[in-house]
Amino acid sequence: MNWFETFRAGAEAVRAHRLRSVLTMLGIVIGISSVILTVGLGQGAQDQVRQQISALGSNLLIVSPGSSTDSSGLRGGFGSASTLTLQDATAIGDDSVVPDAARVAPTTSTSTALAAGETNWTSSVVGTTTSWLDVRARDLSAGRFFTEAEVEQAADVVVLGPDTASELFERGSPVGQTVTVDSTPMTVIGVLESSGASSSGTSEDDQAVVPISTAKRLTGTATSSVSTIYVEAASADALTAAYQEINALLLTLHGVGADEADFSISTQDSLVETANSTNETLTVLLGGIAAISLLVGGIGVMNIMLVSVTERVREIGLRKALGATPRVIRRQFLVEASLLGFTGGLVGVLVGVVGAQVLPGLIDQPVSISLVATLGAIGTALALGIGFGVYPASRAARLTPIDALRSE
Amino acid sequence: MSGIIELEGVRKTYRSGSIEFEALRGIDTTIAEGEYVAVIGPSGSGKSTLMNILGCLDTPSEGRYLLAGEDVSQMGEAQLAEVRNRRIGFVFQQFNLLAMLPAWRNVELPLVYAGVPRAERRERAVAALGRVGLADRIDNRPGELSGGQQQRVAVARALVTEPAMILADEPTGNLDSQSTTDVLALLDELHAAGRTIVLITHEHEVAARASRNLVIRDGAITSDEPVGALA
Repeated sequence: MNWFETFRAGAEAVRAHRLRSVLTMLGIVIGISSVILTVGLGQGAQDQVRQQISALGSNLLIVSPGSSTDSSGLRGGFGSASTLTLQDATAIGDDSVVPDAARVAPTTSTSTALAAGETNWTSSVVGTTTSWLDVRARDLSAGRFFTEAEVEQAADVVVLGPDTASELFERGSPVGQTVTVDSTPMTVIGVLESSGASSSGTSEDDQAVVPISTAKRLTGTATSSVSTIYVEAASADALTAAYQEINALLLTLHGVGADEADFSISTQDSLVETANSTNETLTVLLGGIAAISLLVGGIGVMNIMLVSVTERVREIGLRKALGATPRVIRRQFLVEASLLGFTGGLVGVLVGVVGAQVLPGLIDQPVSISLVATLGAIGTALALGIGFGVYPASRAARLTPIDALRSE
Repeated sequence: MSGIIELEGVRKTYRSGSIEFEALRGIDTTIAEGEYVAVIGPSGSGKSTLMNILGCLDTPSEGRYLLAGEDVSQMGEAQLAEVRNRRIGFVFQQFNLLAMLPAWRNVELPLVYAGVPRAERRERAVAALGRVGLADRIDNRPGELSGGQQQRVAVARALVTEPAMILADEPTGNLDSQSTTDVLALLDELHAAGRTIVLITHEHEVAARASRNLVIRDGAITSDEPVGALA
């Protein structure tokens, strides 16, 4: 009996018990599609993080305050202290101290209620200097950014993010209009271009940028503390040098040793790495659960194949009486099991690919499916079918024709 | 005289734990080509065991069995499968047709295992169905055929490989009297055409159609006579 005949016999047996075959495949389908989707979700999340972080700017160093311990001994995480100051930013901007830093943008950030006429919107108000636009690699879609003079005068001007602008002004250009920021009326002088990072989950497009001096006046803080200092290195090659220069400078300015640093400096790469390590853990976890469901699907195939062997004892006996050798019988049942696995795998991939199209619309998460993962999934399904088919098949092959024919 | 089937001192012992049961206690017989032999005996006489050994579904514990000159008593499972395929055409009481396949695909099954090419298989299967009078039923599934027709499909399947022997195990046990008459007439025809037929039965009317009756009781042949003498 050649392979073609074996395949035909297997396919006929699968077709003869349609409902049962479909239910058996369902286990594999669910397993494969969930593996594909979880891996795709993990990959999609990583891509998104990379995109968002690269949209921050290029050759960027991000200096954040360190952890704080208040008088009662309560400790806060990194970023909770207000150890960074405008003076730090100015020092970093000094070319003789940090020659590898091209531009510096200190920022403060508070969440504040904005109003335009009857419309309210709460957004993050970012106070910064003129270099912010270049450091963060942003563009304007309308109007202009504020000037050095406006920073010095703490002028009441504001540049809106595109989302903020559309929330506050449904139609017409916001430039020239007035927005009340925390009860201070301000003139809108420009609107930012969208950051280009994935539209959701970021505040990059929903913010109001004001001169840092204006922000200080608004919040009523006399201190010169800032929440983040963005530094653009002169080039990609200068990143490491800039990092070391800033680190040494801030340690000196703050008068602390290297192991008690009250600030942290991250690069885009390190941010990507940190974000992805969380994602990876989650992907491995979910992928593991999906893999277990795939295993359960495989056991389902074995279960049904064993039932099938028991149920078709007479058929096996007859085939043997007519001249089928044990090897031919084993092959027939193996082919049947692998057909179940393979077809289940194909359908599973299909469901996964369709899911990858539909899911981002539902849960607002990108899903990216790789060809390698897809081929791997089909291969796994086939291997599951064969692997879990071996035992039922050899049981069928071992049946003696007399016992098989005698059974009722 | 050398026959197509030669049994010499064939014994079969079954062991179940410490209990031994001797189903066949030394069978010696020869069946010549073209003979129509009925093996008769009550249940428990050993006739089923004899049929299993004759059909190469089982091997004797002792003794020799030559089928068409080939000693099959020491063969392994795969070899026996090949001998069954080439030399023996089975007809069972339960028909044993595959319900999902049309008549002609049931008939071609032994040829599939023999490795006969596709086109030739169909041709031979259709011819065999014609021999049993079912030329117009080749595409029907077993469920669409009467019991007698199903058994005729089974006979066609037994014929299709041109075997040395047709081994029929109670072929009329599940049939009404009309179908019984049909199937027995078909066997008569095959006999007349020179086929070697071994029929296992417990019905004397059925056995009476054969040319020779082997009566078996308690694992041994108690009578071996041409049918005329028995009547």
